[in-house]
Amino acid sequence: MVDMIWLVPLIPLLSSILLMLGSATLPRVLIGLLGVCSVGAAAVLTLLVGLEFLANPQPFQLTLWTWMQVGDFSPGIAFYFDGLTLVMMSVITGVGFLIHLFSTEFMEEDASYARYFAYLNMFVAAMLMLVMAENLLLLYLGWEGVGVCSYLLVGFWYQNSANGQAARKAFVVTRIGDTAMALGLLLLFTELGTLDIQAMMGAADQQWQVGDRLPLIACLLLLGGAVGKSAQLPLHTWLPDAMAGPTPVSALIHAATMVTAGVYLIARTNGLFLLAPTAMMIVALVGLATLLMAAFTALMQSDIKRILAYSTISQIGYMFLALGVGAWTAGIFHLMTHAFFKALLFLGSGAIIHYLHHEHDIFKMGGLRSKMPVTFWSFMIGSAALAALPMTSGFFSKDQILLQAYMLPEAGPWLWLGGLLGALLTAIYSFRLVFVVFFGEAKTQPDGDTGWRMALPLVLLCGLAMVGGYFIIPVAEVFPAASTEHPAHWVEYVSISVPLIGLLLSYLIFHSGQLNVDRLVNSSLGQSLRRFWFSGWGIDWLYDRVFVRPYYRLSGTMLNEPIDAIYGLIVAINQTFNHWLAVSQTGRIRWYVASMVFGLILVLTLALQIPAEAL
Amino acid sequence: MEGLNIPLNHILLVSTLLFSIGMLGLMIRRNIIFILMSLEVMLNAAALAFVAAGAHWGQPDGQIIFMLILTVAAAEVAVGLGLVLQVQRRFKTLDMDSADRMRG
Repeated sequence: MVDMIWLVPLIPLLSSILLMLGSATLPRVLIGLLGVCSVGAAAVLTLLVGLEFLANPQPFQLTLWTWMQVGDFSPGIAFYFDGLTLVMMSVITGVGFLIHLFSTEFMEEDASYARYFAYLNMFVAAMLMLVMAENLLLLYLGWEGVGVCSYLLVGFWYQNSANGQAARKAFVVTRIGDTAMALGLLLLFTELGTLDIQAMMGAADQQWQVGDRLPLIACLLLLGGAVGKSAQLPLHTWLPDAMAGPTPVSALIHAATMVTAGVYLIARTNGLFLLAPTAMMIVALVGLATLLMAAFTALMQSDIKRILAYSTISQIGYMFLALGVGAWTAGIFHLMTHAFFKALLFLGSGAIIHYLHHEHDIFKMGGLRSKMPVTFWSFMIGSAALAALPMTSGFFSKDQILLQAYMLPEAGPWLWLGGLLGALLTAIYSFRLVFVVFFGEAKTQPDGDTGWRMALPLVLLCGLAMVGGYFIIPVAEVFPAASTEHPAHWVEYVSISVPLIGLLLSYLIFHSGQLNVDRLVNSSLGQSLRRFWFSGWGIDWLYDRVFVRPYYRLSGTMLNEPIDAIYGLIVAINQTFNHWLAVSQTGRIRWYVASMVFGLILVLTLALQIPAEAL
Repeated sequence: MEGLNIPLNHILLVSTLLFSIGMLGLMIRRNIIFILMSLEVMLNAAALAFVAAGAHWGQPDGQIIFMLILTVAAAEVAVGLGLVLQVQRRFKTLDMDSADRMRG
């Protein structure tokens, strides 16, 4: 059975090709069936392979053929399967299947139904390739593949040029990270002579000492790729704009799977990062800075999808924090639970947007609790998990991250405090969303509640978001064992109680109104902070001034070809003289004679001025 | 040398006068036949100067050049008159100002 894992990415890929070829001829029912069932089949296969693997947890490798043979370099189309791969594949195919099912209803009236599913299936195939790849080159193929699919899907409604702009931004910004990653791959290959992940980590272990400069550089370059793909500081600006795509796309690509590829990459190459403690510290700090920045920003947004986008950035920040402090298992665990509850929240927001005529502003919603009960409960459970309220899935993963961060020597308690502040903000903004959208007075009338194809994924994801925390992910073999020490009990109690305090604050401010913050908000400092956070800490503004506009100006100058202008000047001078001479060619003999005579007189007069001795 | 002895200056003055008249004619006449005639006058003015100079210094060169100018003038008239005929046929006029076809 395990030999069949190559079928898992192949089925969605074939389905994608079929959908592309038959987009004009296939009936809509068949398109939906093909799109959903191909991912469903991949999910079933993953389940079967996973069950067999769990019975006999031996990592194995499957080489299909040699991709290319250049000197000593012969990367194969080869898959590597272990606990980490299984977790990622389950998330991609499982959550992916639910989102595909949801999409059949969400995109029902869209003219480009087949194109949508073709892209979505291709994305699933590329993402599976990414997590199953045995060498970094194949991983890079999947990495770029998901980037292209993300670009295509963000700009799916390309008739609106703003969407195209957002797609281009997502593509270009992630490309900056990808370039760093490509450089990292080249460095690793020239130094270690192989890109096979397991062999490479073994070679690195032998050649390099902990704290050497080369592993640090290699890790930082890989981190560059991860930061771009996972929307961390300073390359996070594309993710909020990527919300221009259809909402199920945001759920699949920009919440559950693709944006966590950076986390996967770092976890997969953990052997390298362990050789570079400085790089690990940078990972942790990037994660902490991002999670705080994004949490403050999410608190100010009014667009439902942007709130979720910033919360995604923030949660991936937690994963980076976990990786940075060496809590590999906790990071991957949070990746999985985050995929459940964030997909749930995004699909819920998709249902709201679908039935409220594409309304995105949360302050124009309100009182939807009784009108859309399924969506309401989805949001309740999703927000509870996002805020890490006790007994939800998010609680188990985030709690592990915070406690293990606390155990890090020296910087640990500070990282823990930062994470706690983030957790408090998370609870406030996620329940702010719930209170504003679902409680209060009704401002709009939805067209109805979700049909079964929307409701079923929501209900299933609700279940996963609740019980996902009890799963035990089989990654013990993949990562070095974490320390078994436990921090003092008060640390645990504080970690548990902070989200509850956040929930209480959110309730008092946004629902009951007992805590009035108007004076704080309306003070001049409050206003300017509000604007600053609303704009995402002015980072977009800064990039616009520092990179985008100078680039536009430079290309504007180059468009007029300044070098050519020199040659243009020579041409212009020649043409002017030519024009003057041409004007004198009148064809009138008397003019010619007169000018000859006067010219002659002039020349003779001048010649007579010259003294005879000089001649 | 016996007989009439005109000073060289006088002959050159006449020659200059003739040349100027010819040149003026060239510049102000519009009829192509008169232009040709003005040219002849100028040529002859030059020839006169040559002959006078040759006589003054007792050199034969002046007369040789005179013969050359005579030949050139004859050739010029032959070609020139042919052109005049062509101009008359093409433009139905001998006015050279109205026969200009060049526009810069």
